[in-house]
Amino acid sequence: MRLFVTQFRRDLLVAVRSRSDAANPLAFFVLATVLLGLGAGAQLAPGVIWVLALFANVLAVEGVFRRDHDDGTLEQLLIHAQPLFPAVMGKLAAHWALSGLPVAVLSPVAAIMLTGTANGVGVLVLSLCIGTPALTLLGAIGSALIVATGRGGLLVAILVLPFYVPVLIFGASASTAAMLGEPVAFQLLALAALLAASLTAAPFAVGKALAISQEY
Amino acid sequence: MDSARPMGWIKTTFHKTGSPRWFFTGARPWVVGLYVFGALLIVVGSTWGLGFVPPERLQGNSVRILFIHAPAAHLAEAIYVSIAIAGFVFLVWRMKMADMLIQAAAPIGFVVTVLALATGIIWGIPTWGTGWVWDARTVSTLLLAFLFFGLVALRQAIGREDRASRAVALLALVGVINIPIIKYSVEWFTTLHQPPSIVIGEKPAIAPVFLVPLAVNVLGFYCFVAGVVVAALRARIVEREAGTQWLRDWISKS
Repeated sequence: MRLFVTQFRRDLLVAVRSRSDAANPLAFFVLATVLLGLGAGAQLAPGVIWVLALFANVLAVEGVFRRDHDDGTLEQLLIHAQPLFPAVMGKLAAHWALSGLPVAVLSPVAAIMLTGTANGVGVLVLSLCIGTPALTLLGAIGSALIVATGRGGLLVAILVLPFYVPVLIFGASASTAAMLGEPVAFQLLALAALLAASLTAAPFAVGKALAISQEY
Repeated sequence: MDSARPMGWIKTTFHKTGSPRWFFTGARPWVVGLYVFGALLIVVGSTWGLGFVPPERLQGNSVRILFIHAPAAHLAEAIYVSIAIAGFVFLVWRMKMADMLIQAAAPIGFVVTVLALATGIIWGIPTWGTGWVWDARTVSTLLLAFLFFGLVALRQAIGREDRASRAVALLALVGVINIPIIKYSVEWFTTLHQPPSIVIGEKPAIAPVFLVPLAVNVLGFYCFVAGVVVAALRARIVEREAGTQWLRDWISKS
């Protein structure tokens, strides 16, 4: 637990002190909302907000280990952090707090701008709060696999977007059902199940992938 | 056979298959055999299916694409599962043959998946009235194509061979956990695609006139593609083992 808290605080501090990194996913989300509104009108299904959140996530998660790899901190982490599980969790939690969480908080604004109604925004925010951590966890696997190659962006997207599909399906379906005033318990529970599964399994895969990329 | 341990031959076969040298020299007749046998079955099954099976009551002649579509779709999943098993074997025992199998089979799997998708689209236009639906098996097959693509792309992105091998094996394993999740999550959108007609242990929901040529074609596809995979695997062995003494001896002998 101490390992988790230490890593979480450290990553949060690093991100906050280099402000632009922390703000980038959010800026992307807002800009993409504006562009989509201009390009496709203001009567879209709430699923598009989920798609935007997903893209913001995949762009952000690509860099989750980049800085630490470049300055060697990642190597130290692999040597010192035993077990690796809480450290990886702390890192990803900090990353989500600066990418997924702000997107979820801002999503009501995007929903009103793009769907033209505020119906069911509560469920949209809730579904993003449950779903985006699962996205971060899954995306981190792909990010960890290629961190040492110096390639990024598109490759991570190709590797991890197939894994994002179940989360997108339940998230988009929850927010659409909520806008129409239909029951959403099933979708939210399914999202929670996906989150639980990725919380237990993904950090191991991330740890293994980091070990491979740093050759331990 | 080791008489002291009656099951010893399993272990022996396992280790022999894991040796590039043994596999390379031993598998050559297999390639030819699988090619010939598979091609024969495909020719028989396809001629039978395309020429001699009566048109289906509702779908008419368009049902005939079934004899290409179903084997390809089956095979695509089977290839991915074998890749994932090879990934597990590689991560646990570090057998380089398992890694070479992944490398050889991934592009072939991609092609087979694309074939399944293309025939599915062609079949969908006359019967469903649309080439594409967002249905469970359609989407999971499409994503399967992306997973195969990802395996190839990841290996190319990581320059170092040993590192790339382990990363690809891990990705294959993560993918195989995700395939059922993807499938069931989309299935929950109940959709157009007919449910599986042939489930092992149940009476097939498909008429025997269709079933027999289909079975012939499925077997033919499996054999032929197995031949292609083994041939590709032998090519990988030549590539990776270039410079070893046994390979030089083998080349100068033949």
